[in-house]
Amino acid sequence: MNLKNAIMVLALLTSVYTMATTADHTKFKILQQEFKSGPEVTKACLSCHTEASLQIHATKHWTWDITSHQDQNLGKRNVINNFCVGVEGNEPRCTSCHTGYGWKDDSFDFSSEENVDCLVCHDKTGTYTKFPTKAGHPVLVDTKFKGKLFKGVDLAFVAQNVGETSRATCGSCHFYGGGGDGVKHGDLDGSLLRPTRQLDVHMGIDGENFSCSQCHSTDEHSISGSRYDPLAIDHHGIDLPTPDLSASTCESCHGLSPHVTVPKYNDHVDKVACQTCHIPYMAVERPTKMWWDWSKAGKFDENGKPITLKDERGFVTYMTPKGEFIWEQNIQPEYKWFNGNNKYVLPGDPIDDSQVVVINPYEGSYDDSEARIWPVKVHRGKQVYDSKNKTFVVPKLFGKKGSGAYWKDYDWDKAIRTNAEEFNFEYSGEYGFVETEMNWALNHMVQPKEKAVTCNECHSREGRLAGLAGFYMPGRDSWSWLDILGKLMIIGSLLGVIVHGSIRFVASRRRNS
Amino acid sequence: MKQVMLYSVFNRFWHWMQAILIVGLAITGMEVHGNLTIFGFESAVAIHNFAAWTLIVLIAFAIFWHFTTGQWRQYIPTSKFLSEMIEYYLVGIFRNAPHPTKKTELSKLNPLQRLTYLFIKILALPVQIVTGALYYYYNNLAEAGSAFANLEWVAVVHTISSYSLIMFIIIHVYLTTTGHTLTSNIKAMVTGWEEIED
Repeated sequence: MNLKNAIMVLALLTSVYTMATTADHTKFKILQQEFKSGPEVTKACLSCHTEASLQIHATKHWTWDITSHQDQNLGKRNVINNFCVGVEGNEPRCTSCHTGYGWKDDSFDFSSEENVDCLVCHDKTGTYTKFPTKAGHPVLVDTKFKGKLFKGVDLAFVAQNVGETSRATCGSCHFYGGGGDGVKHGDLDGSLLRPTRQLDVHMGIDGENFSCSQCHSTDEHSISGSRYDPLAIDHHGIDLPTPDLSASTCESCHGLSPHVTVPKYNDHVDKVACQTCHIPYMAVERPTKMWWDWSKAGKFDENGKPITLKDERGFVTYMTPKGEFIWEQNIQPEYKWFNGNNKYVLPGDPIDDSQVVVINPYEGSYDDSEARIWPVKVHRGKQVYDSKNKTFVVPKLFGKKGSGAYWKDYDWDKAIRTNAEEFNFEYSGEYGFVETEMNWALNHMVQPKEKAVTCNECHSREGRLAGLAGFYMPGRDSWSWLDILGKLMIIGSLLGVIVHGSIRFVASRRRNS
Repeated sequence: MKQVMLYSVFNRFWHWMQAILIVGLAITGMEVHGNLTIFGFESAVAIHNFAAWTLIVLIAFAIFWHFTTGQWRQYIPTSKFLSEMIEYYLVGIFRNAPHPTKKTELSKLNPLQRLTYLFIKILALPVQIVTGALYYYYNNLAEAGSAFANLEWVAVVHTISSYSLIMFIIIHVYLTTTGHTLTSNIKAMVTGWEEIED
């Protein structure tokens, strides 16, 4: 039954994927004009797609603000991370990945319909790129950024060639989170643009060739799946015939007991997320950042110039504005119990700086029926904080020289103070660096079943799950008293028979002689 | 001395099959417990389960055989000659003293064997089968909210019981050398024929 349903879902998805459109956008008069800006294009879009912007306005892609099921105000706007810390004061740079135009500071109008960026998600030409520092606007003439050329975008050409979202459009932001290819997630990077089936069994161009939205199903522009409000266990299973808008879970297509040939695997799904066995390694083809030490930032060479150091692969390991990095490729994830609750430590929340601060601790344990073991990329680093108030602060990093931005002025105190004054948060005037950890549960780069984690990789004394406590696991766990008892029984009986046999042997020798 | 058919074909088949299965279960069981690496965990589990089911079927046939042939009477415990048997293994055997009991077709087992084999039949093997089932069907039990769904204690009991069976095998194999000759008992269990006193 499950298998049948799964096949049905696949068939349906495939039919949607290959469905031809009934509209040729090159024939729309309103799109045959010389657009001067992104918002002008959006206005043209809205003349037919009347509700599109209003739908976008309700999504986290637009608000960067989402209330979690634990009633925390999360979303990019509100949280901090241990990459570039936070959005406040750094908008024009961060919002190059906002699905809008012009969020350069606090004055951005979130009710503006024309400021929604349709093209970043619906471009089919591959020529539309938001410029890194222009608050979400593309450039219309060729412009260089850090030595890289951004070609001027022909907005009319893009507008006439719009369509469904693709790996390329979603990836244009999501593959580059943290400021570069693969930096943030460990399971999302440029290798997924045209992945092989070996890298991603769903997206592989030599396989199912899925786009992102085939799992991340949408309704009124709202896309299923959220890291801020995650679903760690899907009790519902297959989503047809009544979609529950959780289509981004594995269970949505594969059901609740997906293993047919080895049913014993199904005995694991209550405690082990699918991802744990089916994403054996992360950052398979491109390295991901594992360590970011901001406390090392601000060193200059003997000529007073900023320093950039690279590792043998050409990945930056030190940059004066950002500090020290460690990259890793094709590595085992860490494993954690996770029930979907991850309360963030938000700016202003008290922290204990005597130990490593986990920014989004995962809740869950063996005894928690909602929790399962998840594979996690743990990103570690040191970041600036208010060492007197013991709170996280968001420093101003991006800006012009003299604005207080750390990347230009190299003064942490000024970078924090500038933001504290502008965004009205408390700053004692004392800062330091605290070691932090952030959890990034892995969901993508699901590999073919032949590559899944094998039983003994966990069911062994020092296996992948050696670090998880609070439950008995065959092959991993034993009891020292039982091991001693077993040795006593086996070695004892062996010694017993050897001694007994030796005495018999000696005694019979004596008798015979 | 005369040659008698002491162990029928089924008796021998059952004995050796049981021996192979229990040794196989012990080895794969140790691998599942994390003490050995031979087959890999998944194959070890598969072999262990297959051997367990085979053993259960074999035991079912053996029970039928015991009752239809009346051989179950061989295991009726007795204290007669029990202390003599213990004394024999501790002292007499070194002095070439005669066995305190005589093997007959009606009484193939000495009082120590009767006790030990009875213990294995009514305690060790049933404990292994029951705890093994509780172990394998742990998830279904947990789902049903059973009080027996405690993998840790099930594993402890299953493991201790397996150690006692391994201990039995070691001593049992050694004691086969205490017949008329070193190999006469093993030969008898292979051919069925044994020389016993008139």
